[in-house]
Amino acid sequence: MEITVNGQVRTVSHGSTVADLLAELGLAHKLVAVEVNEQLVPKAQHGERRLAPGDRLEIVTLVGGG
Amino acid sequence: MAVEPMIEDPLRIGSHTFSSRLIVGTGKYATYELMAQALELSGSECITVAVRRERLIDAEGKNLLDFLDTDRYTILPNTAGCYSADDAVRVARLGREILSQMGNPGANWVKLEVLGDRKTLLPDPIGTLEATRRLIDEGFQVLVYTTDDPVVAKRLKEAGATSVMPAGSPIGSGQGVLNPNNIRICLEYLKDGDPDYPVIVDAGVGTASDVTVAMELGVDGVLLNTGIAHAKDPLMMARAMRLAAESGRLAYRAGRIPKKLYATASSPVEGTIAPSRS
Repeated sequence: MEITVNGQVRTVSHGSTVADLLAELGLAHKLVAVEVNEQLVPKAQHGERRLAPGDRLEIVTLVGGG
Repeated sequence: MAVEPMIEDPLRIGSHTFSSRLIVGTGKYATYELMAQALELSGSECITVAVRRERLIDAEGKNLLDFLDTDRYTILPNTAGCYSADDAVRVARLGREILSQMGNPGANWVKLEVLGDRKTLLPDPIGTLEATRRLIDEGFQVLVYTTDDPVVAKRLKEAGATSVMPAGSPIGSGQGVLNPNNIRICLEYLKDGDPDYPVIVDAGVGTASDVTVAMELGVDGVLLNTGIAHAKDPLMMARAMRLAAESGRLAYRAGRIPKKLYATASSPVEGTIAPSRS
């Protein structure tokens, strides 16, 4: 199924969770925060939150800023 | 007498207390290593960061957080780049999520920016007020970037902002405090009956004297980034900014003399020798 991650379309397997996606992207142990369809998904819920076709995700981290 | 002004005179913002009155940004440095050194030399204990998309493919894999001693700094996440209250609220939540994972004390606050214009980066006062209210409802301590408009400043405080942070001049412009009278009025309004309410000049600082001018007006702290990061020698400028904040604060507390049009002699006027006859 297709989802959008940080503006890019990606294909993930059905039943994938947020945690599965982060592992696939090599971000499992990185400090990131995840939004699905503009709603924050706290880290504690990454393992149970299943993705659906068309979901729009934002995966963010901290960068230099003022 | 040893002078330890910053230890006796901490900066208090909501639940946070710092011995330095500078808040410094982490953006625009040539390298992360340079940034880390500059932060240290600035003496600041509170640093701002931005929230941005994780690069999904990154050759170097360098992350800001690898270069920060996060036990040493309280991180103040910003909502820079947001042009609506909705976006700012989302970014604030995302920042809080990351800082919570880190166990950083900065997880309970945010530097709110809701911008209204890409050329000036001036804030949208209506979106800013709306986002302030919503974030306070969600338990954030909100430090809010605004213009130096005293009425807007008052409205933001009334909405519950933990600190109001008027810009000295536009972000990154290096023009210093363009309208000290407005900052004075902001201070008068915001501190009326509440002298400890923290007011911070955020943005526009170009050099050390800009920090001193702001501090001498009686603001509680100064937030800056580009003035250090883009100086020819960021490390030397970081030291200059630290000293400027201390100087300005001391001068404010010491109480300056009034300005007068004519001279007043510093040496005694009595006891001068007789004027020469020839």
